[in-house]
Amino acid sequence: MSRSVKALAVAAVIAMAGGATMVLAQQRPAQSQRPVVQAPAPAPAKTGLGREAHPAEVAAWAIAVRPDGQGLPAGRGTVKQGEEVYQTQCAACHGEFGEGAGRWPVLAGGRGSLTGENPEKTLGSFWPYLSTTFDYVRRAMPYGNAQSLSNDEVYALTAYLLFLNDVVPETFELTRENFTTVRLPNVGGFYDDDRETTERAFWRANPCMTNCRPEPARVTGRARVIDVTPGERPAGPRVE
Amino acid sequence: MPRETATLNRRGFLAAAGLGGAGVVAGIPHASAAPPAAPDPLITDVQDWARTLGDGVQARPYGSPSQFEKHVVRRDVEWLTASRESSVNFTPLHELDGIITPSGLCFERHHGGIAEIDPAKHRLMINGLVDKPMVFTLDDLKRFPGRVNRAYFLECAANSGMEWRGAQLNGCQFTHGMVHNVWYSGIPLKSLLDEAGLKTNAKWLLAEGADSSGMTRSIPLEKALKDCLVVWTMNGEMLRPEQGYPLRLVVPGWEGNMWVKWLRRIEVGDQPWHHREETSKYTDLLADGRSRRFTFIMDAKSVVTNPSPQAPLKHKGPNVLTGLAWSGRGAIKRVDVSLDGGRNWRTARIDGPVMPLSLTRFYVDFDWSGQELMIQSRAMDETGYVQPTKDELRKVRGTNSIYHNNGIQTWLVRPNGETENVEVG
Repeated sequence: MSRSVKALAVAAVIAMAGGATMVLAQQRPAQSQRPVVQAPAPAPAKTGLGREAHPAEVAAWAIAVRPDGQGLPAGRGTVKQGEEVYQTQCAACHGEFGEGAGRWPVLAGGRGSLTGENPEKTLGSFWPYLSTTFDYVRRAMPYGNAQSLSNDEVYALTAYLLFLNDVVPETFELTRENFTTVRLPNVGGFYDDDRETTERAFWRANPCMTNCRPEPARVTGRARVIDVTPGERPAGPRVE
Repeated sequence: MPRETATLNRRGFLAAAGLGGAGVVAGIPHASAAPPAAPDPLITDVQDWARTLGDGVQARPYGSPSQFEKHVVRRDVEWLTASRESSVNFTPLHELDGIITPSGLCFERHHGGIAEIDPAKHRLMINGLVDKPMVFTLDDLKRFPGRVNRAYFLECAANSGMEWRGAQLNGCQFTHGMVHNVWYSGIPLKSLLDEAGLKTNAKWLLAEGADSSGMTRSIPLEKALKDCLVVWTMNGEMLRPEQGYPLRLVVPGWEGNMWVKWLRRIEVGDQPWHHREETSKYTDLLADGRSRRFTFIMDAKSVVTNPSPQAPLKHKGPNVLTGLAWSGRGAIKRVDVSLDGGRNWRTARIDGPVMPLSLTRFYVDFDWSGQELMIQSRAMDETGYVQPTKDELRKVRGTNSIYHNNGIQTWLVRPNGETENVEVG
């Protein structure tokens, strides 16, 4: 209670200071005939709106983890501990061995599939950084009961997923300390957007307007053949 | 007079395109049909609505569409996803005109269902590389100076993603319906960053949602300072729950996943976070097995919304072809339309405002004699980018990339008017 009163008072003082700044700014023109001295750009004016965050508020929400380990909480977990958590919390959707149930995401395998017909994007085959797994599990899993796992459980689950993907042995324990030493197989498989150079040909001054194909166009594929559209009319329309 | 102009335009088009023999009958003055044998009872009989009183004011305190428009709804494709809480539905583009998408028809994409948040309980935090971590309420944001009104398209990077291997879904709602265009009111994100005070090493932001997926995306600071908005209204009223009520991030021209809904936190950092939605998802797997990441910009794209499989041609003679074009790189400069599968093109008429990073509406008025058509549209933006064909895209990207399929769409119109999603070669 007293804190919020204090915060209000601080806000009021800031707001008044803002008002004073505005008055000063209005008086500026009188000084404009003096020689101009190049000064660094002034900091943007503050509105005084909002309030400073409490450290405990930042700690509660700022749980994002980066590849360099920033944001990792203290904790540890073994593959074996992870398997126990996994079987009760994850296996129903993701399958006992990460193979996925129904259309739920597959979590293991897929190595070597990225150039094939059905790329399987798992931690072992595709994800570049382990931090992504830890961050995502901690913030969003289990599905429908997010943020219910302890940090140790998230470490253990992450260790188990590494094991399922043949990245670590069964005896492995993942900790905050050894976290960034784990390298995922596809870490080198990504590069920044380069469309503006590699697809430069799509910027073309005068696209063809007439006789752009040597032969009349012909149909090479049809959606109806695949027949996966929901609620489609069985018969065609009638033209009047 | 307008009619005459249209006729001349058609003639010019046909002459230029060499389409005269292709069967499009143009420039023929159409005689009106003769009177019917019996008069139309809809005219000769007094109808109920013309005799009795209708609902009074306040019978519909928040208006909704006519009872005869119940078919105009978002639709989903159930087999696409494992559950509807992490799924997508599609805007019925073929039922709409103009450039603004009605709020209730804007496609939905959720990762943990719709968060229902009392605006009085919503908080926005700015933390990380700032002088002072801060918390704002919605009331605070509404008091900020410099409020803006902007219309922007939002396209999911996976729009048309099911079409990489060939024509699959039969309707522009399903092939292109992960796009909408909305007027937003809010404040520049820059205002909030200035209020917190950016540290000199700030380079990236992490935007985070308050829903149960805790959606996060890394955004380059440069973009945030250029044109990102924090908004609470769409089309003049508060955001719809499914669009992030009470607060959403607007990232103009960039893929929809970055427009974090239920926005609760912006963290400022010196590098990207490489979170799930920018590594496992929303990276573009190319033919060599490597992937492009941070492909934020949505390239120029267009689609003919009418006719299309859900909106077939029903009449010979005068018809209106219409569609939408957009580009994440700027304003649409021109849209061309082909009726013969891309062999010959004419420039469509654009009507309504042409705003950068907004949907743009185009029309071609044409006469149809009942012959087969292969309808395509091709957008060009102010940077000179020309929407490529699907085959051109496949040549440089393969077929595994899921995202950023902006290839030219083909609709096959059969003599009975039936219209189908096809590939042409």
